[in-house]
Amino acid sequence: MSGLNPETQISDNTAVSRRAFLQGTGLLLGFALTAASTEPVFAAPVLENEVTGIFAPNGFIRINPTGAITLVMPMIEMGQGIYTSLSMLLAEELEVPIDQIQLQHAPPNHALYANSIIGIQNTGGSASVRAFWTPLRQAGAVGRNLLIAAAATRWGVDPMTCRAKDGAVFDASGSMRLSYGELAEAAAKLPVPPAANVKLKEPKDFTLIGSRTKRVDSSIKVNGRALYGIDKRLPGMKIAAVAITPVLGGKAKTVNEKAALAVKGVRQVVDIGEAVAVVADHNGAAKKGLEAAAIIWDDGPNGNVSNADIVRQLEQESKKPGAIARNDGNTEKALAAAAQRVDAIYQVPFLAHAAMEPMNCTAQLRKDRCDIWVGTQAPTITQSQVAELTGLPIDAIKIHNHLIGGGFGRRLEPDGTILAVKIARHVDGPVKVIWSREEDIQHDMYRPYYFDRLSAGLDEAGKPVAWAHRIAGSSVMARYYPPYVKDGLDPDAVEAAAEPPYALPNIHVDYVQVEPPGVRTSWWRGVGPTHNVFVVESFIDELAHAAKQDPVAYRKGLLGHNPRALAVLSLAAEKAGWGLPLPARHGRGISVQFAYGSYASQVAEVEVAADGSIKVTRIVCAIDCGMYVNPDTIEAQVQGGTLFGLTAALHGLITFKDGRVEQSNFHDYLPMRIDEVPVVETHLITNAEAPGGIGEAPTAIVSAAVNNAIFAATGKRLRSLPFDTNSLKSSS
Amino acid sequence: MAFTLKINGSPHKVDVDGDIPLLWVIRDVLGMTGTKFGCGQALCGACTVHVDGAPTRSCVTPVESIGDSAITTIEAIGREPQGAAIQKAWLDLEVVQCGYCQSGQIMSAAALLKDTPKPTDADIDAAMSGNVCRCGTYQRIRAAIKHAAGV
Repeated sequence: MSGLNPETQISDNTAVSRRAFLQGTGLLLGFALTAASTEPVFAAPVLENEVTGIFAPNGFIRINPTGAITLVMPMIEMGQGIYTSLSMLLAEELEVPIDQIQLQHAPPNHALYANSIIGIQNTGGSASVRAFWTPLRQAGAVGRNLLIAAAATRWGVDPMTCRAKDGAVFDASGSMRLSYGELAEAAAKLPVPPAANVKLKEPKDFTLIGSRTKRVDSSIKVNGRALYGIDKRLPGMKIAAVAITPVLGGKAKTVNEKAALAVKGVRQVVDIGEAVAVVADHNGAAKKGLEAAAIIWDDGPNGNVSNADIVRQLEQESKKPGAIARNDGNTEKALAAAAQRVDAIYQVPFLAHAAMEPMNCTAQLRKDRCDIWVGTQAPTITQSQVAELTGLPIDAIKIHNHLIGGGFGRRLEPDGTILAVKIARHVDGPVKVIWSREEDIQHDMYRPYYFDRLSAGLDEAGKPVAWAHRIAGSSVMARYYPPYVKDGLDPDAVEAAAEPPYALPNIHVDYVQVEPPGVRTSWWRGVGPTHNVFVVESFIDELAHAAKQDPVAYRKGLLGHNPRALAVLSLAAEKAGWGLPLPARHGRGISVQFAYGSYASQVAEVEVAADGSIKVTRIVCAIDCGMYVNPDTIEAQVQGGTLFGLTAALHGLITFKDGRVEQSNFHDYLPMRIDEVPVVETHLITNAEAPGGIGEAPTAIVSAAVNNAIFAATGKRLRSLPFDTNSLKSSS
Repeated sequence: MAFTLKINGSPHKVDVDGDIPLLWVIRDVLGMTGTKFGCGQALCGACTVHVDGAPTRSCVTPVESIGDSAITTIEAIGREPQGAAIQKAWLDLEVVQCGYCQSGQIMSAAALLKDTPKPTDADIDAAMSGNVCRCGTYQRIRAAIKHAAGV
């Protein structure tokens, strides 16, 4: 089979080679990566080759004498198309046709598979292509050079006269040919050259990179064969339905175990305090048993948490100065001297991820090992936390990664796996723990609620001479990557706010960390910029209005120093027909951003009905993400990422009352549906800049464009999300 | 209780309570995992199967309500012309992202084409708005349905 080998990962079927990787062999190129460097350092103590018969010049390539070519995917596929893009990077230099390769999920291994931008083996931050752009091409080139050298030796010719193409090496005349499979054993015996010495293709010679390429995971996703974590099946496996304390910090007070056990198919009730699991032959029985258990909870200390209190706390704390993210010029003085002053408060709510695949994990805990079957964006973090929980050595924790049915940041957290292992402790044999949709929404780790205060001063010509922005909210970074928070400054919380694309001579941006009680917060697609771009781009629109200038012309006047931002802005405006007349209560809005290493600009077109309801009719997006791998993936990410952000702007709202999340399923935490979807157009700029991220850019940028369009349509300026349609009712 | 279900042309004997949703019988008891769990309340369509050709949310369909009806799942929809056309269109237009909802989307789309071979945008909205995709593949879903229908 070509394409993804959905059930296997490299540690499962080549245990020997994994040991070889860890110990270092003649064929191992061990990556030593640091958080600061994107350059891999190859260090390979030359030992006896343990990987008999398998050509494995580095962590990413396996070629068997049978001719099977396997690429090992260091980042996990969750829809963003990374298995295709990373395969393209490897295949381009290895010279193998993309439809003849098989893929495997990489096992957890920081040394081999860390993302150099993030610093660990995490899939996120729109960082995968950026981090692996060079290392994977080098890995492919190293492999190709060794295979060519093996062929040249066999033929007794100069390797420089040979070339590789379509998984085979040819001599100068093209008459002699050896397939990679035929060369695998010989190539495996050659010394591995340092990757930095290997010449990479010039971009003009790319045959795969930059061209529309079919996804490698499509075929198994249209016929039901793709295996996600929730699809894991094992001999003797039981299924558990779980109820987690509805209030963080609470525990089960009474559980009617007898009633649960009376349900046909129920085998066991596991009460771990923070949660109760009913273990059964199938999830139908488990869910029925859980209902019969009629759990009564002790709420614990957070039973009074409410949204109103959380917002009040933010409102108060945001009056105090925070950790300084940016301080140019003298903002206070410039504000006092300005001809005109504009002040605003912006707020964005808690958001759930609500990926289509509900949280789940299959775990089997034995005396000396723990097996985990799950789709995770963070395999190494998961592994180390399970080791800590169980007291087992790290190598005894076997993470079997799977395709993810939507990540959006939720699968960066190992909480679902930890819960499953706590349950598995009480179960004989493997147990698959499946959260209901209600559990999934009510026990998410939410995008933080942010409360922002802004003030700007304009000169007589309307130019901003002072810009002050204070952000208050939970710090995900302080919990997840504490070393990245210095002097109280969370770099994620201020991303795209500390450095707006505009020329602002006096700018002061600070951050106040406020942790709400009884609420867990985490990464959500687009992270810091998803909140900050909404605020900054809505506020700059307010300034354009205060200056009585066209929003595009106003921005252009502040982007003279920033040609790439200016170019995407101009392109989006042109393609959207900026300035062309529209009917009453229709409007266009624009936004521009630099985040994740990419420039983006969007124009949204909306119609606001007399009852205040908003219909987004068209989104035009211009993207400059530097050199790109698969333009079809970029278009798909722009379409999907835009809708993810738009869904939140129109509908996304998680609120707390009595310590509990008030929303529970798709009837009150509304997803966007097909009848609500605008046309999204993508205009991609081609250049030779370094690759930028794409998975989150459209999510971050869309809400401001729509907000500004609503203002253009109605004259009403909204400063919080989701959009309050009640305030948009026509007074006529 | 014992039931014999006709799934994808073959009989399957199961012994479960009659009120157990068909979804869990298909997935957990019979081990056919192409049909997905998304919400448990018929709100997202991930679990859509055909019961005598009609798109049905298996997460709220008690197994005892099936009787002699023929069930088709994503694993066999490609044997029907509309299902095969939809699957091909999904590949031609590169619809999938995470793919988790796509079994349900394809089952709903195949049923639409059976009843309405040349659907309008309004037909597509009506037939497909019960299927949620969080990746946001809707634009391509609409285009792929039209591509399959030749409209």
